[in-house]
Amino acid sequence: MTSTTPLLEVRNLSKEFPVGSGGILSRKKQIIKAVQDVSFSIQPGETLGLVGESGSGKTTLGRSIIRLHEPTSGEVLLDGKNILNLRHSALQATRRRMQIIFQDPYSSLDPRMNVGNIVGEGLLIHNLTNSKNEYRGRVEDLFELVGLSPLMMGRFPHEFSGGQRQRIGIARALAVEPDFIVCDEPVSALDVSIQAQILNLFEELQERLNLAYLFVAHDLSVVRHISDRIAVMYLGRIVEIAEGDELYRNPSHPYTQALISGIPIPDPVIEETRDRIVLTGEIPSPLNPPTGCVFNPRCPLSDERCPKIVPELRTVSHDHLSACINADGYGAVGAIT
Amino acid sequence: MPLLQINNLKTHFFSDGTVTKAVDGVSYDVEAGETVALVGESGCGKSVSSLSIMQLIPQPPGKIVDGEILFDGQNLLSLNREEMRRMRGREIAMIFQEPMTSLNPVISIETQLTEAMTLQLGITSNQARKKGIDLLERVGIPEPEVRVRQYPHEFSGGMRQRVMVAMALSCEPKLIIADEPTTALDVTIQAQILDLLKDLAAERELALLIITHNLGVVARYADRINIMYAGRFIESGTCKDIFADPRHPYTLGLLESIPRLDQPKGSKLIPIPGQPPDLAGLPSGCNFQPRCRFAQERCAVEYPDVTDIGNGHWSACWEANTFKITAESGSTN
Repeated sequence: MTSTTPLLEVRNLSKEFPVGSGGILSRKKQIIKAVQDVSFSIQPGETLGLVGESGSGKTTLGRSIIRLHEPTSGEVLLDGKNILNLRHSALQATRRRMQIIFQDPYSSLDPRMNVGNIVGEGLLIHNLTNSKNEYRGRVEDLFELVGLSPLMMGRFPHEFSGGQRQRIGIARALAVEPDFIVCDEPVSALDVSIQAQILNLFEELQERLNLAYLFVAHDLSVVRHISDRIAVMYLGRIVEIAEGDELYRNPSHPYTQALISGIPIPDPVIEETRDRIVLTGEIPSPLNPPTGCVFNPRCPLSDERCPKIVPELRTVSHDHLSACINADGYGAVGAIT
Repeated sequence: MPLLQINNLKTHFFSDGTVTKAVDGVSYDVEAGETVALVGESGCGKSVSSLSIMQLIPQPPGKIVDGEILFDGQNLLSLNREEMRRMRGREIAMIFQEPMTSLNPVISIETQLTEAMTLQLGITSNQARKKGIDLLERVGIPEPEVRVRQYPHEFSGGMRQRVMVAMALSCEPKLIIADEPTTALDVTIQAQILDLLKDLAAERELALLIITHNLGVVARYADRINIMYAGRFIESGTCKDIFADPRHPYTLGLLESIPRLDQPKGSKLIPIPGQPPDLAGLPSGCNFQPRCRFAQERCAVEYPDVTDIGNGHWSACWEANTFKITAESGSTN
C-alpha cells in the first residue's frame, strides 16, 4: 500500500435512524444504530470490499459516505476535505466525483426514460457538454465503454435483460467521470454466467479509468475476487479489515473465520478437508444490540470480558486490523487512530 | 430399483399460441438415502421439473405432456387427485425457497405444523402437537413449547426455514425436495440449515433432491449432480466427476465463471457470452450452441446424443470427448 493521501477517508462515521414517531399511541421512540464508529480509507484506483450479512449496515454505510443518507456523526474526507459540511453547489460538484451503482437493475432505472437519457442525465445536470453533438457523442462513447450498442439508446429499460440494465447503471455512473464509485451489491441479482461478465467489466473499467470502488456485497467469494482490501461488517461495526489474501488465509476475528468457513468452495475435494465453524444463533436486532462486543452472544471464543468491552479495531499484523480482544496479536501493537 | 425414477419428463406451458418448453425430455434417478443436486440458472426449468414431481404445476397453462415419474415403482402421473394428495407430505415433501411467503401469516405454527400429521398419519391433534414440539426441538428452535403457539411473523427467516424443515419431516417422507432452500438466507444461516438437512437425511435415511444455482452448495452437500440448461439435462454424474472432469462446455463455463473464495484477486473469470435462450423459441440443434465457444457446424443442426463417460457420468455434447483438448491447445496459443 502506498502512503500517499487517500482519495477517501472515513473517520468515526455513525448513522442512526429513529424508529416510531413518539406519538401518544406509539411506543417509546427507539434508535437503530445502523452504522457505528466506522473508519477506513481508500486509495485512488483501489477497491475496498465491504462484506456483511443482511442488517449489518453495509448498504447504509455506502449510502452515508456519498450523503444519500446524512451521517449522524463522523467525517468523510475526499482528497482531505470533509464533505459532510458542504452545501448546494459545492456539494453538487463533489457529487460528480462520487457515484453509486445499485443492486436491483430493475428498480434503479426510471421506466419512463429512454436509456440514452438515463445515461446522459448527469452530463446535463453538471453541464459537462457544450453542444448537442458533443452530448450525443459522449453518450454513445459511454454505451460502447460498457459493452452496449449505441443503437440501443432510444430504447426503454424494460427492453433490456438484468445484465444489460446493470451495464446501463454503470454507464450512468461513469458519465460524470467520477473518481470513486459505491457499488452496492451490483451483481447479486444476476445469474452466475452474467455475473462474471459484469465483474470483468468492473475490473476493465477500473484499469482504464483509475476508479476507486467501495464494493459492497454479502458474497465473500465475489468480494475477494474484486477487492484489494476487505472490510468485514457485523451489526453496524467493522470487525476486521485486511488485504484480501491475508483475510482469507489468516482471518483474525471469530466472525470472519465463521463467515469464511460457511462459504462452500465449488470443489468437492477441497470441501472434504476444510475446517468448519457453524455459528449458533442469528444476527441480533440492531434495535437491541448486545452489550460489549456485538458478536459475543454467538462467538465461540467469548469470555467474561466480552459483554463488557467494546473492542476497537487494532493492528494484529501488518495492515491487518481486528476488533477482537481474543485475537492473536491484538493489542500487541499500539491502537490506531 | 431407485426410489424416484423420472423418464423423459416433458412439462410445457401453453399461452397465446406459444409453447414454452420449460422441461423438455428430462430423465434421472434418485436412490434411497442419497443427495442429488439439480443445478441451473434462473429460467432453465429446474423448479418446474421439481413441481412436476409433486404435480403442483398450474394447469392450464402448464401441462405434463409426456414422460413417467416412478416413485417406489408407482407412476405418479397415473394417480388420481386423492391418491396424489396422499403422496404429498407423506412420501415426498417439499421445502421452498421463500421462508417468508411459504408459511400462512394468519395461522399459528402449531396448526400449520400439525395439520398434515393429523390428516396423513391419522393421529390425534394432541399426539401431533407433541410430535410437532419434538420436531421443532430437533430442527434447533429454542423453547419449542412456547414457539409452537406463535405466528410466522414472530420468527426470523432462518427460523421459518427451520419450521419448514420440521413440516417437511413431520409425515416421515422418504424424499425431500428442497427448491433453493437457502438462497434467501444469510451465509452463516445457510450453513446451519444445510447442515441440519444433511444430518437429518443421514439420520432418517432420507433422499434429498436439492435444486440450486450455487455450485459451492452442490460441492459441499451433493452425492450426484444433474446440470440443466434450457429445459434439458446436459450433464450428469457424481459430484467428484463433474467438478474434476466436466464434459459439457456449459458445465465448464459455469465453473470458470464463478469467483472462488480460494482464488486470489486477479484470477480471471471467463464469462459465458450471451444469455440463456427464451424457452418459447429455442435455437435449432443444441440449446447451448449459440453461446458455445466449441460449437461445430453439426451442433446447430442436430441435438447431441448422450456420450457415456462411465461411472454414471454422461454429457449431451457432440464434442464431449474432445472439446477440452481444443480448450487447452487454444489457451496455450
